[in-house]
Amino acid sequence: MQVDISRLKAGEVNLGTSIMAVQFKDGVIVGADSRTTTGSYIANRVTDKLTHIHDRIYCCRSGSAADTQAIADMVHYQLQMYTQMSGGPPSVHVAASIFNSFCYENKDALSAGIIVGGWDKEVGPSVYNIPLGGGLFRQPWAIGGSGSTYVYGYCDATYRDGMSKEETVEFVKNTLALAMSRDGSSGGVIRMCVITEDGVERLFVPGNELPRFWEGEEVISGKKRVDTAEPMTVEA
Amino acid sequence: MTSIGTGYDLSASTYSPDGRIFQVEYANKAVENSGTAIGLRVKDGIVLAVEKLVHSKLLVPEANRRIQTVEKHVGVATTGLLADGRNLANRVRDEASNYRSVYRSPPPLKELVSRLSMYVQVYTLHSSVRPFGCSTILGGIDESGPGLFVIEPSGVAYGYHGAAVGKGRQLAKTELEKLKLSELTTREAVFEAARIIHLVHDDAKEKDFELELSWIGDETNGLHVPVPKDLFEEADRKAKEALENFE
Amino acid sequence: MDHFPTSWGRPRNEAIDAFNTYPLHQRPGHAPKTDTFTDGVQRTQQPIVTGTSILAFHYKDGIIMAADTLASYGSLARFKTIQRLHPVGARTVVGASGDMSDFQYLQNQLDQLTIDEFTENDGHDLGPAEIHEYLSRVMYGRRSKMNPLWNAILVGGKKDNGERFLAYVDLLGTTYSAATIATGYGAHIAIPLLRSAVEGRENEITEEQAREIMTTCMRVLFYRDARSLDKFQIATVTDAGVNISEPIKLETSWNFAENIRGYGAQTQ
Repeated sequence: MQVDISRLKAGEVNLGTSIMAVQFKDGVIVGADSRTTTGSYIANRVTDKLTHIHDRIYCCRSGSAADTQAIADMVHYQLQMYTQMSGGPPSVHVAASIFNSFCYENKDALSAGIIVGGWDKEVGPSVYNIPLGGGLFRQPWAIGGSGSTYVYGYCDATYRDGMSKEETVEFVKNTLALAMSRDGSSGGVIRMCVITEDGVERLFVPGNELPRFWEGEEVISGKKRVDTAEPMTVEA
Repeated sequence: MTSIGTGYDLSASTYSPDGRIFQVEYANKAVENSGTAIGLRVKDGIVLAVEKLVHSKLLVPEANRRIQTVEKHVGVATTGLLADGRNLANRVRDEASNYRSVYRSPPPLKELVSRLSMYVQVYTLHSSVRPFGCSTILGGIDESGPGLFVIEPSGVAYGYHGAAVGKGRQLAKTELEKLKLSELTTREAVFEAARIIHLVHDDAKEKDFELELSWIGDETNGLHVPVPKDLFEEADRKAKEALENFE
Repeated sequence: MDHFPTSWGRPRNEAIDAFNTYPLHQRPGHAPKTDTFTDGVQRTQQPIVTGTSILAFHYKDGIIMAADTLASYGSLARFKTIQRLHPVGARTVVGASGDMSDFQYLQNQLDQLTIDEFTENDGHDLGPAEIHEYLSRVMYGRRSKMNPLWNAILVGGKKDNGERFLAYVDLLGTTYSAATIATGYGAHIAIPLLRSAVEGRENEITEEQAREIMTTCMRVLFYRDARSLDKFQIATVTDAGVNISEPIKLETSWNFAENIRGYGAQTQ
């Protein structure tokens, strides 16, 4: 049987995504939108793109859903083996290195952009970015997916070292909401995980309660601008 | 059958009726008859020392070293069959390299020990191979601090504060027990190690020997390296002096 | 040579993405092709996260090398503080432009190589000439498998006889050695500056002067290379060993532009 793999790839389910991970004093917050598309059809509007890799390590997946799920499953397996053999949990660096090996060594076959975040006893909180084609880059904050290109400026302007957990949650929430509002391939709800030494806490923002920013209604309505249409200010 | 004994010692894959594997015990004999090797785990590092028996004055000094480096931060001292020791050292190097390529970080010592002991143990299972005729002292520093282990021909591995294998192990162990190992610095341990090797060497029975000394500690930047020449000579000299006073 | 790493090894096409805005994999016209012949010779990969020029030259005490700290993703300045200069052993530094994941792969290979050399404990170590030869074999070997490592690399250092060494190797396995070398845009813009400043004075230029020359070149590159950054690092290899500086911020001048009006006759 002749199979044109490039045709198959083109029709694949993609996580045209907005994903993010930010390190703060006590841990890491990972966040993602929930939209999965095939072309312009939304195959799943409530996807969970925050993937458990180990007790204190999560990853955010962007690119092909099939590829990134397969990689995440394999890394999960590797880390289970590691834990049993070494007698302790792996560091985030080890997890990210294994992701990188898969992504780099199979760069021809994969489309996967992955952010790994978590907490370990060696260095505390850390975030690693593994872009398309592999490569391992440690960052205090990382954004990824198609939506991320619209919010680099916002992140550069907003991020500060030493933010509290609450400030970091606001930062992630606002960034993702902005990305989702501009990127057609991102949307739905915001899911977040706060990963600290003590555990992982899930946070959820429903699609109808997302932070809202300037939406330009006065241009369409042509009506006189009303006083209450002040643009919402960005907190934190 | 009489000419070959009971026949239970011909293969590593055969037990004796009382549950022993004679081939492994013979391998231990190879270790017991060779020069002494010791390892000291002190508060900030590791010192390895070997009494390398020199069977000919024609040999090039410092050739055929019995202390080898297998990773930046890990050294091994072997007793018993020299060539087996080299094979094991190469195996640890490969395991270390493999660990680095998978996890992109320096291998923890106990991981290397567990991998090497698995390798050694396999050679106690088959009739087609002979167990390794050497006990290996592995010393190194990793995230959890200094570590010291001995792997025996059976594949069993133990962690130690002070380790001694080979001909003079009994006396060496007695001497090691007298030391307050957790309070010594690596530099002080170099002198103790040299002294112990000189002490356990039996002048009357033995041929010449060469002292090998290596260390890992803050002074070496966490690298396993031979003890530098001036320190080596000072330790060697003081060891000889101590020996004269001892006798 | 085309100095956009994304275009290396490909026929030039000004009609498509003339401004090199997109990483190659998502450029218009990069859809899967059906021509069997071109499929057969198609590269097995392409650079995605890239670094721009590396500069290096001889000076009195040894070798100086510089690189900015940017890793680009197409036109996006994606990672702004990555290191593109890598020490190997005690007296060699390697700098790479091109694909950063391939460079990281090479860094790991070289680190393992130095560990293998260290564990030999035979009184020898690898110097810049050996590292360069090794890299050239790796690079040529990979290009012969039609799976090149997408980099242009400079190797600099001091040989065991005290001589300076500086050489180039790229994704094709091409090598050459010279007193001043640059990759990428630097080969166009910095080389003329470097040659006039350095050639014939290799044994006179002090470290301070060398840093000054390097800074000048990095500044010009920042002005003219759209994939560059005003933050860079300088590495030196001398008899004292390898030293890689902390990131240095470039001082640039723009004030002269304040009174420029229009593009011709306009005066206000």
